[in-house]
Amino acid sequence: MTGVSIEIDEKVFPAAGGAPARPLYRDFRLELADRSFVALLGPSGLGKTTLLNMIAGVDHGFSGRISFSRGPNPRIAYVFQSPRLLPWRTVLQNVLLPLPPGAESLKRARGVLSDMGLADAEEVYPERLSLGMQRRVALARAFALEPELLLMDEPFVSLDEANANRLRDLLAELIEARPTTVLFVTHDSHEAVRLADRVVVLGGPPVRVVRDVRVELSREGRLTLGEVERVRGTVLGAGPTVAA
Amino acid sequence: MAVAGRLGWWALSLATFVAIWWVVALLRQDFRLLPTPDLVLAALIAAAKTGALLTNLLITMARVAASFFIAMVLGSALGILLGMSRTADRLIGPWVVLFLNLPALVIIILCYVWFGLIESAAVAAVAINKIPNVAVTLREGAAALSRDLAEMAAVYRFGRWKTLRHVILPQLSPYFAAAARSGLALVWKIVLVVELLGRPNGVGFELQTAFQLFDVATILAYALAFGLIVQAIELGIIQPWERLANRWRR
Repeated sequence: MTGVSIEIDEKVFPAAGGAPARPLYRDFRLELADRSFVALLGPSGLGKTTLLNMIAGVDHGFSGRISFSRGPNPRIAYVFQSPRLLPWRTVLQNVLLPLPPGAESLKRARGVLSDMGLADAEEVYPERLSLGMQRRVALARAFALEPELLLMDEPFVSLDEANANRLRDLLAELIEARPTTVLFVTHDSHEAVRLADRVVVLGGPPVRVVRDVRVELSREGRLTLGEVERVRGTVLGAGPTVAA
Repeated sequence: MAVAGRLGWWALSLATFVAIWWVVALLRQDFRLLPTPDLVLAALIAAAKTGALLTNLLITMARVAASFFIAMVLGSALGILLGMSRTADRLIGPWVVLFLNLPALVIIILCYVWFGLIESAAVAAVAINKIPNVAVTLREGAAALSRDLAEMAAVYRFGRWKTLRHVILPQLSPYFAAAARSGLALVWKIVLVVELLGRPNGVGFELQTAFQLFDVATILAYALAFGLIVQAIELGIIQPWERLANRWRR
């Protein structure tokens, strides 16, 4: 649980393969409230993943500042676009590795895995699992850490709709049980409205905030198609916006 | 079952080789130049009885082990450095190619000339011959390291030791295996030349003596003993280790 204040003065995508360098971000500002679930919505290739990488501290090539409300170096979990599991370690080891050693961690890892319905897969190597299960392991790894900030980069992409929906429900349940600040990147407005309590629509380049929509839906409302569609209309620019 | 099957094929393959050898030797009928397998076995037993075989094999093995170990450690370190740093690769890469193509004999002679006919010069000469091979193999491995997994390890704060043990080394293990296997074969061959040129003992020295006496049976006997040891290392150490390292693959 931490608020995040993002100030990116400039981030340039380096020139590669004959293409010239292009500015991705210029004077970009975004505040994430503590324990909020913010979805970043925008077309692919805009630089959303780059933003997550800058927040996660794996991309230092920018000028600006990322600060956290409860002190520097919060516990960050990152669910990448691909599961990024270690194929030579078992499911349980993959979930355990980011945790401090000890019996407490083992208990927590086992607990999260069983919440995910992966109790039987603990000793299996990831490549023997389906993509949906691998994504669940990646989610389990993120949750077992009990992160203060959870970054998610289209974590349900390339899954069939039924599987993706099951994982979305699971994510909502887990966040309810263990509240945390979430920044969720997607290009699927349905998904954004269904999960987030704030949807930030991005445009560009350079990236700027096009719309900033608060999603005030109950848990039941999020499961009702009509309600989701109504908010989705706002997100897509058909209705009044909360903050411009 | 799998082990029995593997050993079965191995035995069949070797038996075929011995059978062909026997037939050719009988056809040639010149047992001084090409002795039959049973004559070689007799020479092997004779050499074993005097104790010379075991002593010389152990001495050679020790040299192989020392130079192999040194070459693997230094070669891996160098290769990983070259694979991870482009500057280092640009700066030192050409040296590696130079040493890779320098004839083994040149390195051996220079080591003996510069450092004398001593044990450390012999071991160093073998190691220097092998280091570029290891470095080139490991450079490929290090250059192919996954950035995705490195980022994952950084975000999840694995730290240096955990990253090395769980993220980097498993990715490099096929390259280590390849370097070890090709390297062992190379070291075996070069150690004998080094012994032949400047050591008073070891298999290479014995082979030289046998060569001067035109004793082909003893030469083949040593080669046979040597071959058996190499096969044992391949079957007993390298292959099981590879299987262990690859058990996660589907």
